[in-house]
Amino acid sequence: MINQYRLVECNLNGKDVSCMVDARASLTDMLRNDYRMTSVKKGCEVGECGACNVLIDGECYNSCLYLAVWAKGKRIRTLEGLLGPGGELSDIQQAFIDETGVQCGFCTPGFIMTALEVLETGQEYDDDELRKRLSGHLCRCTGYENVLRAVKRTMYKRLGKALPPEFERAGEPLQAKQQGETCAQNGCR
Amino acid sequence: MYDMKELYEAQSIQDAIRLRVEHPEAEILAGGTDVLVQMREGKRAGKELISIQTIDELRGVRFDAAGAIRIGSLTSFSHITRDPIIQQYINVLGEAVDTIGGPQIRNVGTIGGNTCNGVTSADSASTLHAWEAIVELAGPDGIRQLPIKEFYIKAGVVDIRPGEIQTALIIPRESYENTHGFYIKYAMRNAMDLATLGCSVNASLAADKKSFARVRIAYGVAGPVPMRTPSAEAAANGQPVTQATLEAFSRAVLNDINPRDSWRAAKDFRQHIAVEMAKRCLNEAVKRCGGEVL
Repeated sequence: MINQYRLVECNLNGKDVSCMVDARASLTDMLRNDYRMTSVKKGCEVGECGACNVLIDGECYNSCLYLAVWAKGKRIRTLEGLLGPGGELSDIQQAFIDETGVQCGFCTPGFIMTALEVLETGQEYDDDELRKRLSGHLCRCTGYENVLRAVKRTMYKRLGKALPPEFERAGEPLQAKQQGETCAQNGCR
Repeated sequence: MYDMKELYEAQSIQDAIRLRVEHPEAEILAGGTDVLVQMREGKRAGKELISIQTIDELRGVRFDAAGAIRIGSLTSFSHITRDPIIQQYINVLGEAVDTIGGPQIRNVGTIGGNTCNGVTSADSASTLHAWEAIVELAGPDGIRQLPIKEFYIKAGVVDIRPGEIQTALIIPRESYENTHGFYIKYAMRNAMDLATLGCSVNASLAADKKSFARVRIAYGVAGPVPMRTPSAEAAANGQPVTQATLEAFSRAVLNDINPRDSWRAAKDFRQHIAVEMAKRCLNEAVKRCGGEVL
């Protein structure tokens, strides 16, 4: 290559950063290798699984299909940017735990970033619309219903609306389970 | 890392044309959802690429001086779906591109890429054919415009000449005025799937809404390139808005389409659903025109 390394200046999780990036690198490569944003997972690398999903200027992109050099001047957000100053979880991350939307966790960062794009529109969506908006992700272990519930729970909370009745039934035993039982006691591997 | 030989980053349309002339072997990279995937799979490995991704002057939807709707080639599918001009005048195009891939793919994939790769299953292509879109190309000799029908040459091959890039898709005023359409994508699943068959119909009704002033229909995957079906259009134009017309219209599509057997679906199955899709699309288009099928 004539000019293999190029300067890429961008804003990553609220901080202006810059580094020399290989022109052949994907945004996933840059985020993981140069900035240690390991929430950005390398999954299918052809834009099907959604595990590498990040927000670029507020929109969701599969970072595997986005060249690192295109990030110049963009505002990029990864899951790491959601944590509070002391490492506190954000509402949507907590909701994924509360609704058991996390198992192995590989797909979770991507799912949560998509959820964030949905939540930040400030609109209320019905189940069909939410399913469509979450459809760019694959999860092999949790089942999509819990993910949907986590997004719904956070959506209603952010909109200041009461949770629909289906959340009340699950709410109580779920909290008991978190306090009393661990995964090992349940025999899950 | 992508296995590319060289990446040229075009800063403007003129810059892109210059790079095209200087590097005739290089391929254009827009959204990347086809080119980069194929590069990853090895099909396009080792190629030179000209990235036009950051040329913002190629983005957006607006009216031109003649009242035509001009869609910049780099406009992403999700931006087309959300665009107020599209929603008001050619809503069916927004709906059609909203069936492509998944949300992240629709955020990065571009309508220019969807047409330039010359694939018959492209969800935008049938609607653009049905609305008689004009393809605008910019090259070293200036701007060239041609009907989308002529743009498609054969499967995977479109009329982009050396040094040219596609800059816009234009829907003329006489094409969209008082016209409403409907698109059906038949696929195995609702996300991340290509169309088994795509059907886009639009109609405008006479003033009394009792007869069809103009009906246009186009398919994707009914042949090697997206295609109109003139027999069906002839069977509906000027005819009363009745069930009988819908029947004649939908049966006539079989005179023109030529789907093939593939692993996705058999030819006779595609023919079967083509008739049903034509009927349903026209029925919905009539409703959107404020008419009623008698």
